[in-house]
Amino acid sequence: MFGTVFKARESGIVLALVVLIVFTATQNSRFLSGQSIRDILLGTAILAVLAVGQAVVMITRNIDLSVGSVLGLSAFTVGSLLRDNQGLPVIVALLAGLGVGAVCGLLNGVLVRFGQVPALVVTLGTLYAYRGVIYFWAGGQQINADKLPGSFLSFGHDSIAGVPWLVLIAVIVLVVAGIVLRNYRAGRELYAMGSSPQAAELAGIKVGRNTIAAFLVSGGLAGLAGVLFAARFGTIDAAAGNGYELNVVAAAVVGGVAVFGGSGTVWGAGLGALLLTVIGSALAVLDINQFWQQAIVGALILLAIGADRLVAVRVQRALKKRDSHV
Amino acid sequence: MTRHDEGSVPLLEVRGVTKSFGAVAAVAGVSFPLYAGEAHALVGENGAGKSTIVKMLAGVHRPDSGTLLVDGEPVEFATPADAKAAGIAVIYQEPTLFPDLSVAENIVMGRHPRGRLGMIDRAAIRAEAEQLFARLGVRIDPSRPARGLSIADQQIVEIAKALSADARVLIMDEPTAALSLVEVERLFSVARTLRDAGAAIMFISHRFEEITQLCQRVTIMRDGRHVSTDPMAGLTVDEMVRRMVGRELGTLFPKQDVEPGAVVLEVAGLTREGAFRDISFSVRAGEIVAFAGLVGAGRSEVVQAVFGVDQRDAGTVKLNGKRLKPGAPRASMAAGMALVPEDRRQEGLVMDLSIERNVTLPRSRALAKLGFLFGPGERREARRWTERLHTRYRRLGDPVATLSGGNQQKVVLAKWLAMAPKVLIVDEPTRGIDVGTKAEVHRLMSSLAAEGVAVVMVSSELPEVLGMADRVLVMREGRIVAEIPRAGATEDSVMFAAMGQAA
Repeated sequence: MFGTVFKARESGIVLALVVLIVFTATQNSRFLSGQSIRDILLGTAILAVLAVGQAVVMITRNIDLSVGSVLGLSAFTVGSLLRDNQGLPVIVALLAGLGVGAVCGLLNGVLVRFGQVPALVVTLGTLYAYRGVIYFWAGGQQINADKLPGSFLSFGHDSIAGVPWLVLIAVIVLVVAGIVLRNYRAGRELYAMGSSPQAAELAGIKVGRNTIAAFLVSGGLAGLAGVLFAARFGTIDAAAGNGYELNVVAAAVVGGVAVFGGSGTVWGAGLGALLLTVIGSALAVLDINQFWQQAIVGALILLAIGADRLVAVRVQRALKKRDSHV
Repeated sequence: MTRHDEGSVPLLEVRGVTKSFGAVAAVAGVSFPLYAGEAHALVGENGAGKSTIVKMLAGVHRPDSGTLLVDGEPVEFATPADAKAAGIAVIYQEPTLFPDLSVAENIVMGRHPRGRLGMIDRAAIRAEAEQLFARLGVRIDPSRPARGLSIADQQIVEIAKALSADARVLIMDEPTAALSLVEVERLFSVARTLRDAGAAIMFISHRFEEITQLCQRVTIMRDGRHVSTDPMAGLTVDEMVRRMVGRELGTLFPKQDVEPGAVVLEVAGLTREGAFRDISFSVRAGEIVAFAGLVGAGRSEVVQAVFGVDQRDAGTVKLNGKRLKPGAPRASMAAGMALVPEDRRQEGLVMDLSIERNVTLPRSRALAKLGFLFGPGERREARRWTERLHTRYRRLGDPVATLSGGNQQKVVLAKWLAMAPKVLIVDEPTRGIDVGTKAEVHRLMSSLAAEGVAVVMVSSELPEVLGMADRVLVMREGRIVAEIPRAGATEDSVMFAAMGQAA
């Protein structure tokens, strides 16, 4: 029964996706052109990597609002690095981004763990702090595509066996995170912490260490997303990734990751990222004002939360009835 | 039964431990041994420091001074994980489960059995849970989430957790408070098996009949101090009570005889699918009516529906002849009904708010001047009721969460009594409360009835039901199966009706 709740949520998103795609395609057949699908997938890849990190943090009953800034910092760092060292292999760029993000995430985690301050406040602070670092460093300068090595830019557009590199990386992240969360002790402990922090403490789970680890993962993935961002767009300025955090949280929430922790999957978060990206792209194709996109995303979040509540009430009632004592 | 020699090394020993919180010494110089194959009772009034001892053994608190010894070796528990690793399992008063996770996963959390590639083995987890439940003689679906389990079932899951950890030392902090007689019996048979297999058990309870049944040795505490540790055999209950309280107690059930007045509460045909069916009863002013029955018979559900917290499918509730709106606790409160719930932490208190704010919460509108609450009025009101209930606290401004379990219960009572209700419904009024306080709560209920309040009481403690009630309504499987007047109510007649056998 518990499993069906999640399945219900995920199939709901799939249904919404199908309806949206079919409707948009009938209005404008270009929507299903190769280029359009590629754009959607590339956009989803970046958002999904961020959403996976966010899901990991949210499952522990925390939140990471700094991911947009971490993405920007990582993108700018990697961009400058490549501009100055044209021969650098792509894998080094990826690792550098991951490292920058991990350091930011570690700082978040340590502040939350030892500051005893809610993650919302800590990461709201670091959102501005990290962004401030980028502005301080970059000033008004912009890194343009013509300054970046060709190998890096083609990494952002090329495919391997028909699958774009970016999408492949996102899928790997999704699968690894999904398996760890579902099938490894470390993952199950994150759910336990989010479900009841006190009980987790009493069960001997190293809550502090795991909290730091969750933020480390989220930061690292945001850093990785920064590299993907740089490779895809080729143009990086100090505002890169501005405002992404809200899209990411929205993707996770729409995908069924509970804000109060303890439930949700990275698969849901990934599907949420896909749905949001498809909506953005469909609105463009349908020639609807971008302004509507925000309204629709907002409505979706409310719908998702409402659906969760409804399901929770139903489940509770069902459990109560079944629970006529043994 | 294994008996140890006086000279043998205890499995776990507490030696001269002291722990203070701020200026208050919660525990001072307490020592006792836990021997293998022996159940050891720890008794004392609420606030005597029992829970602090438990938390030190669990690795939650560290003693300020004194030592803990496992197998004669001094140990330090920096975290709960250390205590678990030393083979100590704690079953807390308030169950500590993960509501979002399955029951089976709750049991193995932190020690998941692992299969290939280090992945957790779900089949093994389920099998382990099923085997443990079979051993405990209960039927709980291991794959359902822990959310929504009754307190009794949550407690069973806690016990399964301890069993699965192969604990050598099992510490039970009032595990029976929410269990019915049958469940207590089941728990005890498991505890005896563990004890006889060589585990050391520390058992905390306020019910002496349980202590004498299960335990071979007893340590008595008062005000954080060690009073005595003796073999159970040489000790009478009276003597234990005297040492705990430090004084003689009056009669335990000071029921005053009251001439009942007009019918105040009238319930007819109350039904909720899957919980209870066709419940009808009435309560007069000055009367105390008790609901007896096994845990899970639907008693709490009935009173919740009467009060309006839960919806009902059919039936009417009348207060002083006026029908109450279903599912509207606010209207019930306005009409003069009060409900003291069973699960006080979840339903009765706002844990992070101050004591005084909690007491005055239902009346905050009446106490407010121009829409604002002012300190002195609130404090005066709170002080009046907490003093009448002899609540122990440092300051009225402290959060309720800092109080011990029994004192929290008193705050819940104070909160509703401050409303001066016409109908008072109390669900397990003395669950987890010590003897001294119990007598106070009983005296209070009795004096309220004498003032003309209609009292409805749900209780799993038979002596309390028999001692306090003018009439006993016995429920079984969602129906009222017997109505027994005070004169005819005996332990046998009530139990037989509750179990579904003819007396």
